[in-house]
Amino acid sequence: MAMHKITVTVNSTARTAEVESRLLLVHFIREVLRLTGTHIGCDTSHCGACTVLLDGEPVKSCTVLAVQAEGAQVRTVEGLEQGGKLHPVQEGFTEKHGLQCGYCTPGMMMTSVALLERNKNPSEQDIRQAIAGNLCRCTGYVNIVKAVQYAAEKMR
Amino acid sequence: MIPAAFDYHRPSSLDEAVALLTRHGDGAKILSGGMSLLPVLKLRLGSFAHLVDIGKIPGLDYIKEDGGFLKIGAMTRQSTLERSEVVRGRYPVLADAVPLIADPLVRNRGTIGGNVANGDPGNDQPAIMIALGATLVVRGSKGERSIPANQFYKGFYTTALGPDEILTEIRIPVPPARSGGAYVKLKRKVGDFAAAAAAVQLTLDAKGAVERAAVALTNAGPTPVEAAEAARSLVGKVPDEKTIAEAARLAAAKSAPSGDRRGSIEYKREMARVMVARALKKAVERAGGR
Repeated sequence: MAMHKITVTVNSTARTAEVESRLLLVHFIREVLRLTGTHIGCDTSHCGACTVLLDGEPVKSCTVLAVQAEGAQVRTVEGLEQGGKLHPVQEGFTEKHGLQCGYCTPGMMMTSVALLERNKNPSEQDIRQAIAGNLCRCTGYVNIVKAVQYAAEKMR
Repeated sequence: MIPAAFDYHRPSSLDEAVALLTRHGDGAKILSGGMSLLPVLKLRLGSFAHLVDIGKIPGLDYIKEDGGFLKIGAMTRQSTLERSEVVRGRYPVLADAVPLIADPLVRNRGTIGGNVANGDPGNDQPAIMIALGATLVVRGSKGERSIPANQFYKGFYTTALGPDEILTEIRIPVPPARSGGAYVKLKRKVGDFAAAAAAVQLTLDAKGAVERAAVALTNAGPTPVEAAEAARSLVGKVPDEKTIAEAARLAAAKSAPSGDRRGSIEYKREMARVMVARALKKAVERAGGR
């Protein structure tokens, strides 16, 4: 069994572990680091429930190997709240009812955070395009768009 | 889903990568963005004893016009292409296609090198490379060689790449004045492969007749399909509706799709015809024709 020692900075903390080559990033996050806010949905890189930020870019962590994240910065939903204060995107999803079952929400929020860090004033179309790789089966997306718009307003 | 066990290698130079491929032969597979390979491994559709990750090799991620060519490094991510002013400028056929590949999150990982070299006829960029007359630069144990894109695809998931070779650069000739291109794709939803898609690139002469043209199809057979007769039928003619319709008919006749969830053979052929006609119309407009 091929093992590798990797160090990944997760939510600003360097985490080192001995992992198998074939360990997926999402399993590293959930099972090795016990950060279970990142969900596994389809496990086939369609649904986006497992979205995390890898060096600032949203990616599907079910389709990245943990060893590929060696030396990288990873942000998960646990890293959004700072000092007891919700991130504007988290606040937006709460205020605008951007979720029902909540399964897609961590991934949806990470994609939204990356969008707003790149584009402070996204149009509805920009938001819809950005979340095209994150599936939600409850909301119909309308309230998710409103949640992101709320956050954009707050962050400006 | 967990892939079967493999050894993971992360070379820091092309030479090191080629040495690994030479040593492990068919047991080794190149890992670029991983957006096609990792699903294959997870679904256990394939397995390899060694993965050679080229993601940390410096100097494989660039887009630049240089010496009459647009040069794109194989590790250039789709999202980088999507934001590139250079690509949007003179390469609309490529600019059209990138936002239609998979979804934004997959495009943050997926690379043009992987899309082109994987040999999946459902990938969008092989047909574009053929339409643009691209050359694929590869490095192997015997050094570097260049392969024209229209000679690269040998069969279903089979390419001209040797087991010790890596695609390093894509070279696209800078199109002359009065050129235009377009990529039109029919798919059921975001993230889907094409039910039918067409890549076209053409150049008009001063009188508005077609001076040269190339037409290629995605997901219309075991390899990307170059519709050479269709392209030839355009040359020397003003690309009016009738000329475009005839070229689209010839291109569709060249397609050999298989029937699946995206439609029957007849439907896909008909859609290939429609995609080619739409792409040609757009390309002519972009070239400054009517």
